[in-house]
Amino acid sequence: MTSSEPLPERIIALTASVYATEHSETADARSWFDLFAAVQRVVPGAVQFEPGFCAMRARGPARYYGGEDAAARRILAAVAEVVDARVLESISIGVANGVFAARLAAETTAHHPGLRALSPNTRIVASEDTVRFLALFPVDTAADEQLAETLSGLGAHTLGAFAAFPEHLVLQRFGRGALTAHRRARGLGEPHTEEVPAGSPVRDFSMGLDFEPALSGDDQLAFACSDLAERFVQNLSTAGLVCTELRIDLHDDTGAVHERTWSHPANFTPADVVNRARWQAAALTARPASTQVPPSEQERGGAGITAVRFCPARTARAAEHEPGLWNTAPDERVHHQLTRVQGMVGHEQVATGALLGGRLSADRQRAVPWGNALTADVSRPRDGPWPGKLTGALPTLVFSAPPRVELIGADETPVVIDADELLSADPERFRAAGRGQTVRAWSAPWHVREQWWRHEASALCAHYRMQVVLEDGEAWLLRFTTSSGWSAEGKYA
Amino acid sequence: MNQLATVRSLQQRITEMQPMRMGEGGLDVASALRPLLPTGALKKGAPTSVRGSLLLTLALLREASANGAWCAAVGVPDLSFEAANTLGIALERFIVIPNPGRHALSIAGMLSEVMSAIVLCPQHRPGTGESERLHARLRDHGTALIVTGDWPRSDTALRVAASSWSGLGRGHGMLDTHVLTVRSLDRRGQRVHTVRFQGGRLIP
Repeated sequence: MTSSEPLPERIIALTASVYATEHSETADARSWFDLFAAVQRVVPGAVQFEPGFCAMRARGPARYYGGEDAAARRILAAVAEVVDARVLESISIGVANGVFAARLAAETTAHHPGLRALSPNTRIVASEDTVRFLALFPVDTAADEQLAETLSGLGAHTLGAFAAFPEHLVLQRFGRGALTAHRRARGLGEPHTEEVPAGSPVRDFSMGLDFEPALSGDDQLAFACSDLAERFVQNLSTAGLVCTELRIDLHDDTGAVHERTWSHPANFTPADVVNRARWQAAALTARPASTQVPPSEQERGGAGITAVRFCPARTARAAEHEPGLWNTAPDERVHHQLTRVQGMVGHEQVATGALLGGRLSADRQRAVPWGNALTADVSRPRDGPWPGKLTGALPTLVFSAPPRVELIGADETPVVIDADELLSADPERFRAAGRGQTVRAWSAPWHVREQWWRHEASALCAHYRMQVVLEDGEAWLLRFTTSSGWSAEGKYA
Repeated sequence: MNQLATVRSLQQRITEMQPMRMGEGGLDVASALRPLLPTGALKKGAPTSVRGSLLLTLALLREASANGAWCAAVGVPDLSFEAANTLGIALERFIVIPNPGRHALSIAGMLSEVMSAIVLCPQHRPGTGESERLHARLRDHGTALIVTGDWPRSDTALRVAASSWSGLGRGHGMLDTHVLTVRSLDRRGQRVHTVRFQGGRLIP
């Protein structure tokens, strides 16, 4: 066995067998969460693997509480306060190298070499005794059923016997899955991964501010919370974090909370935070007319803002967000200037384009307001087949509100598409916005059946699309539905 | 005699410096569009007027955008990103401000500080004072401006005289090749050019 590899971290494992064996009122998931919360109060870095089993690194608590046994006692005492006697009875703590050995130490009741029972429910395996401790366990504790059977067939009934196999042969004969079992049998952890992350305790970085009297405008709010935003970002950065997704809660004086989550392509600076708060407040005051606003509120122009709260919805390590030597993030000046323009015309009115999959031209693209993260829409892959999509030349204008147009045949009757998917007559004249022109050429209409499975009569939802070229060289992309006639989807301007 | 020599050397130095002052020529355009412009490039710090084709307007940005320049379109609602992308414009550096309203010129002015080229379609013909203020900012930052609407003064004007399509018949086919006859008016006088697009892309 190679001794060059460092031994895994000392781990304290806590198991409560009552959760694994029975399902009852006293041992439901809720009481486990209470139990785990109690453990976290004593050892904040604890990680739960399943109900009834959690583990934590031993080094920190052992140093803090003065030894591994003292830490175990402290955890048991904390847990005893929140659970009833039957659960407490089933709890045991094991301390060993690595999660696997620690859990075995906690769960085993028999005596094993190297195992030191501190109390009926606390067992410690010293670092140098780990291999000796593991050796006598049956091989199926570390390996899955199939592997265990094979190993037993080979005469290796215990972990000690399995551990004696050379590692490269285990890999060759039994594959990578067996290697994990082999490492466990040797008292080693998973290679290259931390079984229990040395994560710092979860800290609450959210910050809020109350306003008395209530603020009425977005400018007032922006002014009032600029200092808060500064402290919010500062607080995160002292912890080595940056905020990439931010939730802003605005409380108004009617008691309602307006929350919205904002994402950022890079990370939020204090100015960005203030801007998002301002936009959110502006959107509140400019509520669409359709929403019911009581007359008393209409008089004073909407509800005032009584409190604001910034919560980091997603954070990342600051080191990952440092601009590289060759900065790939958009130029700081570009961002600054575009944000200023957004202040003039509104957040949504400054945009970059993103392409999506879809059949109709308007579905194949999306304007993303500057400052929002470009997230790919996985449900609409660009390279999907999308039958009925346009090929060849693309219109340079795609109308968000397709204008109505008319196609007229030789005998002054409107041209329609009949049940056979054919034009009722050759189009002669085209009329858009009151201006008529002679049609010079047109394509055969082709149908686009979108979401026909949602409608009962598929004919109702069939769109037809057709290209026309007019006398002066203008070209249009038209759309026809039986219910509403012709409209212009796009124009080749 | 000595004076004359001094004047001459000064004049020579002036002519030497002049092209340098006008800022490295201009912004590259696709080779098929070079004949349309007097210097073979989009003039920096000055407006170019293009009327009659949005496709041609966007095509003028292609080379600059593909070379990493930031471009913007101010006042062009319903612009198709897909068509722009097919032409070869990098969408991540292409900013669209569809409805600037009355701020169109001041926004173009603000953007001139950070963009290399701006397409501007003002809703009404701006006053001379307004447009001159914008020209001054363009000159300061060496930004190219393409105006698609009515504009008081531009040295270079492109106007689509005729446009034709092929690929489409009477009840069959698909739009494919687009041929524009473009009339240019600049210091070279008036000239007529032909620009071809196929499948939404510029072809030589």
